[in-house]
Amino acid sequence: MFENIDLSLVNWSRGQFALTAMYHWIFVPLTLGLSFIIAIMETLYVRTGREEWKKITKFWMTLFGINFAIGVATGIILEFQFGTNWSNYSWFVGDIFGAPLAIEGIMAFFLESTFIAVMFFGWNKVSKKFHLVSTWLVAFGSNLSALWILVANAWMQKPVGMHFNPDTARNEMLNFWEVLFSPVAVNKFLHTITSGYVLAAVFVVGISAWYLLKNREHFLAKRSILVAGVFGIISSLMLIYSGDGSTRQIVHVQPMKFAALEGLYNGQEGAGLVAIGIMSTAPGDTNSRNVKDFAFRIEIPNILSYMAYGHFDAFVPGINDLVDGNPQKGIISVAEKIDRGKFALESLAQLKDARDKGDALTYNLLKARFNDEDFKNNYFRYFGYGFLNDPNSVIPNVPVTFYSFHIMVGLGLFFLLLLSLVLFNLFRNNLENKKLLLRLSIFSIPLTYLASQSGWVLAELGRQPWVIQDLLPTMAAVSHINTSSVKITFFLFAILFTALLIAELSIIFKQIKIGPK
Amino acid sequence: MFESLSYLALQQYWWAIISLLGALLVFLLFVQGGQTLLYTLGKNETERTILVNSLGRKWEFTFTTLVTFGGAFFASFPLFYSTSFGGAYWVWMIILFCFVIQAVAYEYRSKPANVFGKRTFETFLYINGAVGTILLGTAVATFFTGSAFSIDFSNITRVSDPAISRWETPYRGLEAALNIHNLLLGLTVFFLARIQGILYFINNVQHDAILSRAKKSLVWNTLPFLVVFLTYVIILLTRKGFAVDPQSGNVYYENFKYMHNLIAMPAIALLFLSGTLLVLYGIIKTILSDGYCKGIWFSGFGTTLFVFSLFSLAGYNNTAYYPSSFDLQSSLTITNSSSSHYTLITMSYVSLLVPFVLAYIFYAWKSINREKITSEEIQTGSHIY
Repeated sequence: MFENIDLSLVNWSRGQFALTAMYHWIFVPLTLGLSFIIAIMETLYVRTGREEWKKITKFWMTLFGINFAIGVATGIILEFQFGTNWSNYSWFVGDIFGAPLAIEGIMAFFLESTFIAVMFFGWNKVSKKFHLVSTWLVAFGSNLSALWILVANAWMQKPVGMHFNPDTARNEMLNFWEVLFSPVAVNKFLHTITSGYVLAAVFVVGISAWYLLKNREHFLAKRSILVAGVFGIISSLMLIYSGDGSTRQIVHVQPMKFAALEGLYNGQEGAGLVAIGIMSTAPGDTNSRNVKDFAFRIEIPNILSYMAYGHFDAFVPGINDLVDGNPQKGIISVAEKIDRGKFALESLAQLKDARDKGDALTYNLLKARFNDEDFKNNYFRYFGYGFLNDPNSVIPNVPVTFYSFHIMVGLGLFFLLLLSLVLFNLFRNNLENKKLLLRLSIFSIPLTYLASQSGWVLAELGRQPWVIQDLLPTMAAVSHINTSSVKITFFLFAILFTALLIAELSIIFKQIKIGPK
Repeated sequence: MFESLSYLALQQYWWAIISLLGALLVFLLFVQGGQTLLYTLGKNETERTILVNSLGRKWEFTFTTLVTFGGAFFASFPLFYSTSFGGAYWVWMIILFCFVIQAVAYEYRSKPANVFGKRTFETFLYINGAVGTILLGTAVATFFTGSAFSIDFSNITRVSDPAISRWETPYRGLEAALNIHNLLLGLTVFFLARIQGILYFINNVQHDAILSRAKKSLVWNTLPFLVVFLTYVIILLTRKGFAVDPQSGNVYYENFKYMHNLIAMPAIALLFLSGTLLVLYGIIKTILSDGYCKGIWFSGFGTTLFVFSLFSLAGYNNTAYYPSSFDLQSSLTITNSSSSHYTLITMSYVSLLVPFVLAYIFYAWKSINREKITSEEIQTGSHIY
């Protein structure tokens, strides 16, 4: 029966969502961080009254505007795509998921769009202070927008604050505060926005480094590096702290993702952390296309256990433990979860049948079952597994998950080092002479984007096949449309977004060459 | 406060919020209307730049209202979101494409090295203004004419084919544009947006040649607007509609349903009439009075009232607001498609922010619009589109 599902539709729909989300995420992190950097610069202008700071602010504001426009363009698709391509999802969890999206619009988007107009056009029309407040409100609005969409995303990774209503065949919100202040949401928000701040800091430092290498705009470059460097280092520390928190959460809420990001197949006590590793292309298990092995790795003993549970000898479950089960460690197998999920699905089908036939007795019995704590915790909890047949289908793409995690972490540490070195040399008034460091700063701009994208690849591909962890797999969330329609829109988006990206990059490079006016 | 309201009262409250957002969106489509007039009202580069910059300070309000309208619909009536967006795939996708190309067009139009040239981005603005307005109007018109879809919640238990909502035609919503009644509303929105765009330019731009052309263009757009608008309204009030039996929830056809709704809800009838009169007053006063530039406010307020009343006719008084012409009993009503009681209460508290948002938008708008846009500003301004 599983074979009847149009897998190509699911994959094209996933591809389209990934394409649009990844394009959108090229532009969003810069908006998140640059908005604050600009606000700090304008604050310095208002406090000191020095026209140079106004010139610096306006220069970065021009780049901000170019980036912001395409961020808006790519963002509208995402919101509506939940309906167009994931209509079952929209109903199954729309009662919870829709709320943050609406709040994002009412609270954040209007704040951003209203005050961005004042920010760009209000220089000679409103007072200095009103203009400054507007710039801060743009920064606050864009970050507030990130809060709500990340709350929504965190809920998909760890659904909380809701219950299943069998009459409406959907999950319904029980506690808004649990959704908003879910620890996963708090960590995800902090980690994501600080990653945007670091990206923006490296962006500003990199472009300023280019000016120094070209021996022009010295005042702008050095002042920009000062602001962005300090902002970036503080953000980097917060980024590392929230990243550590995120990893500890993943081991509890998404243990399969945790095992995959370390390429850990067989669970062990005192598990080591793979610092550097290359995954072999040869499959270790012919039953699963996702199972790979290491061709080479450098491991730090016991650190993975410590990272996950806070002590060096703790047991960390591997992919095989999670798929096959490990009774000694209290882990049930995926096959068992599939059986329990199917029981939950059958119970729902029987309830619907009893209601249609007017069989009140059966209906009430089944309704009571859905309210029973044992059923909720041991059966409905695995509802999504009912759509699966192959236990191996819960294994995400291990190499992609592994590499994206390690690229993200490695580059994150590198940016902290880079920003520290740049700032150190700036304070020693020696930065112009450090040509290699300046070149490295420029080269680091694309690396920040790579790190940022890797973070989302890890978060989203690492949790496959789930669109809602354990409750709804992607193949049950997709709209009832023909594959060819999705293929056409996929390519239309790919062409359009690529063309717009080319235009954006060309305009930005030109503005950088022109420099401040 | 909202906890004391019944589930039905909250569903009605949220339909009012959706109606208000929809109404504000149609008013703000003056940006789109204005975008279709760049080459009609602007005969040289400077004039077109004045027009683009005049609209460029407002386009984000329209865009944000559209996004918020979508988000609010999702939060309050998720079954509509699931059914309409997933079903009428092509209509919504084309609308989205129109708005994607708009979002970059202002910022990139006059920037050096924009790769595709100024004309391309102006074409983007035209496509957004023409296709976007017509399709949005056509999509809303299906609230009264119906669409071919079916809904069955029990599908979720069918592992092999779990989709709850299904569209029953292969044209994925494009068939709506073939219905003359839908198309009439699409064209009404298109011409109304152009009229509002002209009234906005008259209010916001100080340039004799542009203003002179704008007045002439106002007349030429008002004539087709009146024809399509009146024809649409006459057909709407005389057609059979989709009524709901409040006891059983069964949906059935009722002759003159929307006329009956108007009679049953006098307050809505008052909004319907006063909205129409305000729009006409704004247009006629601008045509007849030299130097009069406040027509946009009357016309805009009138548009908001009228569209609010139109949404009310679709959703209140036991009416199916998103009817299914394929299976009447799959039709969506505000009671069978809404979020849970708890979510509506939560979202109702959030809705208290709406007046605050409107207040700061109004304040910011006034601050930016203190002086009209002139050729001098275009030459000396620091951020020019």
